[in-house]
Amino acid sequence: MSWPAPLEEMRHRDRVFPHLRPKAKVDVSKNVLLYVEGVSVSFDGFKALNNLNLYINEGELRCLIGANGAGKTTMMDVITGKTPCDEGTVYFGQSIDLLKRSEPEIAQLGIGRKFQKPTVFEAQSVFANLELALKASKGIWYSLRASLSGPQRDRIDEILALINLSEAREQLAGSLSHGQKQWLEIGMLLVSDPRLLFLDEPVAGMTAQETERTAELLNTLAGDHTVVVVEHDMEFVRSIARTVTVLHQGSVLAEGTMDEVQNHPEVIEVYLGSDE
Amino acid sequence: MTESRSMLRLSGREGTLFIGVLFAVTVLASLANLVIPEDSFLHVSTYTITLLGKYLCYALLALSVDVIWGYCGILSLGHGAFFALGGYGMGMYLMRQIGDRGVYGNPELPDFMVFLNWQELPWYWYGFDNFGFAMLMALLVPGVLAFVFGWLAFRSRVTGVYLSIMTQALTYALMLAFFRNEMGFGGNNGLTDFKDLLGFDLQADGTRVALFMATALCLGGAFLASRYIMGSRLGRVILSIRDGESRARFLGYRTELFKVWLFVYSALLAAVAGILYVPQVGIINPGEFSPLNSIEVVVWVAVGGRGTLYGAVIGALLVNYAKTRFTAILPEGWLFALGALFVYVTLLLPHGIAGWFTRRFASKSVKEAAA
Ligand SMILES: Nc1ncnc2c1ncn2[C@@H]1O[C@H](COP(=O)(O)OP(=O)(O)O)[C@@H](O)[C@H]1O
Ligand SMILES: [Mg+2]
Repeated sequence: MSWPAPLEEMRHRDRVFPHLRPKAKVDVSKNVLLYVEGVSVSFDGFKALNNLNLYINEGELRCLIGANGAGKTTMMDVITGKTPCDEGTVYFGQSIDLLKRSEPEIAQLGIGRKFQKPTVFEAQSVFANLELALKASKGIWYSLRASLSGPQRDRIDEILALINLSEAREQLAGSLSHGQKQWLEIGMLLVSDPRLLFLDEPVAGMTAQETERTAELLNTLAGDHTVVVVEHDMEFVRSIARTVTVLHQGSVLAEGTMDEVQNHPEVIEVYLGSDE
Repeated sequence: MTESRSMLRLSGREGTLFIGVLFAVTVLASLANLVIPEDSFLHVSTYTITLLGKYLCYALLALSVDVIWGYCGILSLGHGAFFALGGYGMGMYLMRQIGDRGVYGNPELPDFMVFLNWQELPWYWYGFDNFGFAMLMALLVPGVLAFVFGWLAFRSRVTGVYLSIMTQALTYALMLAFFRNEMGFGGNNGLTDFKDLLGFDLQADGTRVALFMATALCLGGAFLASRYIMGSRLGRVILSIRDGESRARFLGYRTELFKVWLFVYSALLAAVAGILYVPQVGIINPGEFSPLNSIEVVVWVAVGGRGTLYGAVIGALLVNYAKTRFTAILPEGWLFALGALFVYVTLLLPHGIAGWFTRRFASKSVKEAAA
């Protein structure tokens, strides 16, 4: 018999004290971190994703492009557990089935996400926002007694410097500019030290300078982390991309380097041709 | 923005001030009742002591609503149910304490059961002659109810208006059930005619003062515990659930569990308030489950200012004082006055009295710092 989850949490010592829990191992023996295979999602008959296949390698920096409504955000929603899918499979490494897990479980596996619209906790300080995102237990009892260790504090300071918000640490997140909020959200991702990061239009609303710094930042991340970026800004994509995937009407239209993709006849026709 | 930042910083200091005032008033009022002779102008009557005790119970109830509404954004319009269930637990103990001193003189059965021609005590009344057991049940029943309700609602991700309506339905259903004589809780008369508590006469000044002090102690304890919770990282998670539950999930927090636990904590505070309320007012009846009661609590919190803890207490005290005064003059007008007050506060004092106070205080200290 299964217990209601809150009791379940009490029943297992390792859930009350999550540090006792063995870490879920992500099996990347094939060097592929994420498998998305044959995924379809429809909203009232409209196919937002249509037999989508996508493979992300360990440590790569992948750019996803595609016109508005191509299904980029929906794809992230499926991978991060927000939207159930009608068909298909999503695996993290060889063995972890993401479709069986809830958003918090997926987050705890080390999959972080930045939303299209920056979402930070506006009523709390910049520092508190980062503290909440720290890679630490997310249990109730742990949170009640939690205090920052020296290394954790250093880690937050480091991230604050990286996202250029050291001065604003005690400021309410709601008082930041749009670009700063974007950065804070990126900082919240980084501080959680995820294995795989999804960034949905990270430079929307940033100044040219801020965009440039973001590109720099993402370039330094690749390698240690696996990064998937959705972006419209072609200049930006060119400055970071190694591999570009073009989505169109819920499936992959083309994949390759920026040059290959830009010269792809179908892509020129349906996306670059009409959009630029 | 700077203003709200200083609001966050100031709330700790005001909380300490609140505890100090609560302690001082409790001690002084108790002494003024017990030590100062009755003909003195400084004497505080037992009536006033009991009235204060009743207000403090309301304050604790308001605090319990602030914990989930102010900090977690869960607008419960049914907290009166947990209050009343706690109250019934205490009421059952007090009924059993009457023993054979009732009108019918039956040592086993409370009067209303004799009146209904019942031959023996229903099974769910067993053990309520034991104070410890009765208190355990008075907390356990509302706690389990809150757990089951919260677990079902939050796991299904019911939020906003739908959740509020469900809480109203919960308290309304309980009210109808408790109105029924066959339920065995005294029907619409409820439980009353209490004699003593743990052997102390409920009418005695000493007992009244002790109950008042116990209420103040519980309120202070609940305040400190809640402040500790809200000041911890758990409190920050709770705030982030209020402001962006979906985001909090993507950070790895199982928000539904946090909500269930906070809901249970809050329900327990409400139950404690009910437990302390019943011996002081001397009656508990199904009217306490009335949906309107729960809505009134929300108004107290809104008036006092939510998300500050002490604001809820101030709101409960002021509104209830106003109610006592107002109903003495114009009983039918009270609901209109309450409605008008709510509209006034929502439109002109969105952060309630506490917010208004902090704002003035903050801008003054900023000016002083600048000078
Ligand atoms: N919750 C939803 N309900 C109905 N339609 C949706 C929903 N989410 C997305 N869609 C539709 O699915 C399509 C893909 O949306 P989205 O993934 O947001 O595109 P993109 O991020 O590539 O711009 C759009 O046509 C959008 O209108
Ligand atoms: Mg999108």
